[in-house]
Amino acid sequence: MSDPRLELRPGPQGSLVLALSGTWTLRVALPGTGAVDTALEGGVHSRVAFDTEALERWDTRLLVFVAAVGRICERHGARLDPDGLPKGARRLRELEQAAAVHAGAEHRRDRTFLEAVGDQTIAFVRSAGELLPFFGEVVMAVARVLRGRSRMRARETLAIMQEVGAEALPIVSLISVLVGLILAYVGAIQLQPFGAGLFVANLVAIAMAREMAAMMTGIIMAGRTGASFAATLGTMTVNEEIDALRTTAISPVDFLVLPRMVALMLMLPLLTVYSNVMGILGGAVVGVVLLDIDPLQYVIQTRDAVSLLDFATGLFKATVYGAIVAVAGCLRGLQCGRSAAAVGDATTSAVVTSIVFIVVASATFTVMFQLLGI
Amino acid sequence: MSLQVRVEGLAVGYGERVVQRDLDFAVPRASVFAIIGGSGSGKSTVMRALTGLLEPRAGRILYGEDSYWELPSARRDAILARIGVMYQGGALWSGMTLAENVALPLEEHSTLSAAECRDMASLKLALVGLGGFEDHYPAEISGGMRKRVGVARALALDPEIVYFDEPSAGLDPVSSRMLDDLLLALRDGLGCTMVVVTHELDSILTIADDAVMLDAESRTQIARGNPRELRDTSEDPRVRRFLTRGAT
Repeated sequence: MSDPRLELRPGPQGSLVLALSGTWTLRVALPGTGAVDTALEGGVHSRVAFDTEALERWDTRLLVFVAAVGRICERHGARLDPDGLPKGARRLRELEQAAAVHAGAEHRRDRTFLEAVGDQTIAFVRSAGELLPFFGEVVMAVARVLRGRSRMRARETLAIMQEVGAEALPIVSLISVLVGLILAYVGAIQLQPFGAGLFVANLVAIAMAREMAAMMTGIIMAGRTGASFAATLGTMTVNEEIDALRTTAISPVDFLVLPRMVALMLMLPLLTVYSNVMGILGGAVVGVVLLDIDPLQYVIQTRDAVSLLDFATGLFKATVYGAIVAVAGCLRGLQCGRSAAAVGDATTSAVVTSIVFIVVASATFTVMFQLLGI
Repeated sequence: MSLQVRVEGLAVGYGERVVQRDLDFAVPRASVFAIIGGSGSGKSTVMRALTGLLEPRAGRILYGEDSYWELPSARRDAILARIGVMYQGGALWSGMTLAENVALPLEEHSTLSAAECRDMASLKLALVGLGGFEDHYPAEISGGMRKRVGVARALALDPEIVYFDEPSAGLDPVSSRMLDDLLLALRDGLGCTMVVVTHELDSILTIADDAVMLDAESRTQIARGNPRELRDTSEDPRVRRFLTRGAT
């Protein structure tokens, strides 16, 4: 196998002959086309021909070289004569030129920054606009459930409830205990100098019951279950399974969204109750170990600090967060494009949408409950 | 001299189930070789073993003198860089444009510059009739076009052996014929060996120089040779029935 070489020599009738020798393949560095460009300057040669007698091996890299020579010829008004190329290369060149540009093709140019911002804005507004009809469909579906006319299947709903509820207990336990610990620890540092270390129990209990248990469980569910819903429904969209449901006259909302929504709206409050217990337990560990509070005293202080109303506000928020996570996950899954990358985008979007709406809803509820004196 | 593939005493399967066994054949260089058989006969499973995706239960797959599954992984990769595979639905990477799909093997396994990779990718797309579609994404083109991009990607590194899994499946007769013509033109132009897994009879009889036929019931090969000759001269009724659409 010898190196590729290119020699230029004048041919008959004002032609320029490119003599190619050696190996012209992907795996070797080929000579450039600069010499051809220089030789054609001044319009001395009207035709460019090839001599490939000494060519040992070639692959499609040769065709790329020939195409580059072709472009140089065009620029200098010379004609490219492919007759001297190997037979196989001529056949491939014919194939390439037969459909050089497909009828439906259009070359795309890169978008400018402003165009990209515009496209993103339009896509955002369009996506937000799709929320309303989707909510409408969900409301109609709920109405069908209440009238006993829904196709929602109980068995599937129970399976999803297990998946989003019982199977989430370990992660909810871990996060809740740690949140309780953190709240108690931060509170202890502030309260102990005033001799009010016992009030750590109040701080932890009220924060968990009213706010943190529901919010942390909601965020865990957004990352765990919302993402799973979006990925499942997104993959079903890619595989045309959603289209198959529609053409079978089965509403994807009844069949897929409602079971998930019902499951999350029921399980998220239950997980929140559990999270409350675990969070208060985490706080108690700090109270008992770090502040030397008697365990029984801690329990009594906690019991006196929170009312059922505090727990009820937390459970109400949890139910709303459940609906937010289910709707965002299912909506993004159903809006998914037709590719693997689109499933990834749908999943990311579902998690971001859920978390943003959970935090916004939490802030709104806090202000609202404050104004109502709840 | 280009790479040659031979199969000796090959058995493939999943778990406890043996799909095919006692396979022996050599693929002639620069030929179109078909692995044929009815649905469920294990054609694609054999192709998975040939392309390094499924370890055989017994036997050897020889690329040149090297037994693929007995090689260390670095040498297996070197062999894989010399073969190309086209999957049934194209199996294009959906997050990349068509040009990026074709250019990726070149970027990873050659020393070409980014511009040269792009030129090579454009050429390969033009060869399969998709010049001008470089910046489209797989989701924006039809199933038939995706198959052709799959061919272009399989040819990216100018491989010595190219495997095609059901290239004509799901295409209309005209597109199917065009794809057959394209494969023949590419074989003639590039001089590579093509191994086609298919049950499309028209395609088998049009493009294949040589074939091995697999049988689902006996779980082994039942015929070997030129498919047109097998159709006309085979004494095995299963072979004749398959190659004449059950007419004999």
